[in-house]
Amino acid sequence: MFSTSRWAFWGQKHMQLFLQQIFNGVMIGSTYAIVALGLTLVFGILNIPNFAHGHLYMLGAYFCFFLMNQYGFGYWISLVFSVVIMAMVGMLVERLVYRPLQDRPHINSFISAIGALIILENGVIAIWGPQGHRIPNPYPGIVKLLGITMSYQRLIVIVSAIALIILLQIFIKKTTAGMTIEAVAQNREGAMLVGINVNRVSSITFAISSATAAAAACLVAPIFMISPTMGAFLGMKAFVIVILGGLGSIPGAIMGGYILGILEALGGGYLSAAYKDVYAFGALILILAIKPTGLFGREVN
Amino acid sequence: MSVKGFLREKPLYLLLVVFALALPFLITNRYVFQIVIMGCLFSICTLSMNLILGYTGQVSLAHAGFFGIGAYGVALMTKAGVSFWLALPLASLIAAAAGLLIGLPTLRTRGSYFAIATLCFGVIISVVAGNWIEVTGGYTGVVGIPSPPPLYIPGIGPISFKTMEAQYYLVLAFLLLTLIIMHRLVHSLLGLSFMAIRNNEILAEAVGVNTFAGKLLSFVVANFFAGMAGGIYGSLIGSISPSTASIDMTFNWLIYLLLGGAATLAGPIIGAFVIPVVLDQLQFLQGYRMIIFGILLIVVVIYFPRGIMGAISELVRRARAWYERGKGVKRAAAG
Repeated sequence: MFSTSRWAFWGQKHMQLFLQQIFNGVMIGSTYAIVALGLTLVFGILNIPNFAHGHLYMLGAYFCFFLMNQYGFGYWISLVFSVVIMAMVGMLVERLVYRPLQDRPHINSFISAIGALIILENGVIAIWGPQGHRIPNPYPGIVKLLGITMSYQRLIVIVSAIALIILLQIFIKKTTAGMTIEAVAQNREGAMLVGINVNRVSSITFAISSATAAAAACLVAPIFMISPTMGAFLGMKAFVIVILGGLGSIPGAIMGGYILGILEALGGGYLSAAYKDVYAFGALILILAIKPTGLFGREVN
Repeated sequence: MSVKGFLREKPLYLLLVVFALALPFLITNRYVFQIVIMGCLFSICTLSMNLILGYTGQVSLAHAGFFGIGAYGVALMTKAGVSFWLALPLASLIAAAAGLLIGLPTLRTRGSYFAIATLCFGVIISVVAGNWIEVTGGYTGVVGIPSPPPLYIPGIGPISFKTMEAQYYLVLAFLLLTLIIMHRLVHSLLGLSFMAIRNNEILAEAVGVNTFAGKLLSFVVANFFAGMAGGIYGSLIGSISPSTASIDMTFNWLIYLLLGGAATLAGPIIGAFVIPVVLDQLQFLQGYRMIIFGILLIVVVIYFPRGIMGAISELVRRARAWYERGKGVKRAAAG
């Protein structure tokens, strides 16, 4: 008794829902890609397990909120200021929290990282309170394309993320400062031998990693609430992406970020939204069970 | 070593045990006493974490996950009518079995990979505890967990665990049990092989240590005790929630362990008592308390990388060197 047009309608609805999930997945994946990119530089190249990375992301969103709310700055100006401030915060964190522990076992850096994230989280709570805040959406409009609802802000996230990734690639491949990072990544001792100051590279890497995390946070801040714990899960997911994508691999981090974003959106839409946050963690354990060095990983010591 | 010989050689230990037994008569403040009971309980957690992390060198960040498995296991079983004295070993065994299951894939990885894989497992446990509402009660958790029923000892009669003092002795007994087992373990050939794995896994493998089996055994034993501590915790507190299994708990124990002194037997216990007391003393800082604590944490890990026990042994070494030098000068002056 079903007419073909009815089936076609059902199919179309289904397709629309699917495309909508993909769109949302790409949007979230953009932030994952940027955050994982920053972490792969620090964790993969400098070999520092920066467990405070997600919290630096959180602080970036708060700076943006503060500048807009307190001084009435525009959205883009606040974003740029937040990125600049966070670059400096990143350098400060590297200098105070990680550099003194350079030649010590990993576990000490780990404790130091927990100290840093306790300070960041509780500092934000002391200043802005434990409740969530909302950044006014600068571009509230929406467009409809192929039946998918796309808000301007979400489109801006996707486009800005791609721009940011390209800019970062240009920085690493074309500038001297960027090339020193790649040199350290390839061979730490060799880089030191040819006169590269590894401490300075550390500093620059932390600045970039925190600045990009802040940019990602400011981009999605108008879409979601900001809160002192917004970065905790994100930081862990970034670690998962970095391991699956291969330590220190920039293309791996970008691909991993988008794949995870899309998988989460599909899993959240079709399987269970309650467990959305742990798909990545389950996937990591499963993949490590099959390949202990990660999907594209190399052996770690 | 016979008990007599042990007591002759280590009078300090005897003194400590007597002190621990006399503690309920010395502390009158209920609040302080509660901190002491929790200190004993968390000492079991840090001691077991120490086995896998301190002695075997594998940074497991799923410890609170296994603690949670033990806690939920005992809570659900005792609420269903199973005796605490049966539920506790059962839940500990379940935690150990879960450890085996999760250790098999994750222990094949090395270094940070293992830390992050176990971190992921820990988060999964707490998220499942929060969302599997039919079994775990969701974010409200399990409430009204019965306290341990009286224990009948022939010749002495029933011992009830209704009072705080009795609960203290219960936890103390389990702490001593854990401590004795850990002591025997780390001073055995097995313990030596754990340390060999920690110091150089490739070398250990080369001299014939089955490193994978060693790591797995250490992990399973550590998780057995984590589960046991969780089971006792739920029964004493009376309610548990997903935060019982949260990663924050793991981080707390990690801090106790590292600041107390990893790879020592006294360090984890010292850490589990000293850090909560320090945090309690910082109460007056109110909202800034955790910020100051975070700063303290970084400073201590930079300047005292081996924790309190490391600082003590360094102090003893220096004092001894100073004393020896003094003797040497005297002898030289006499000669």
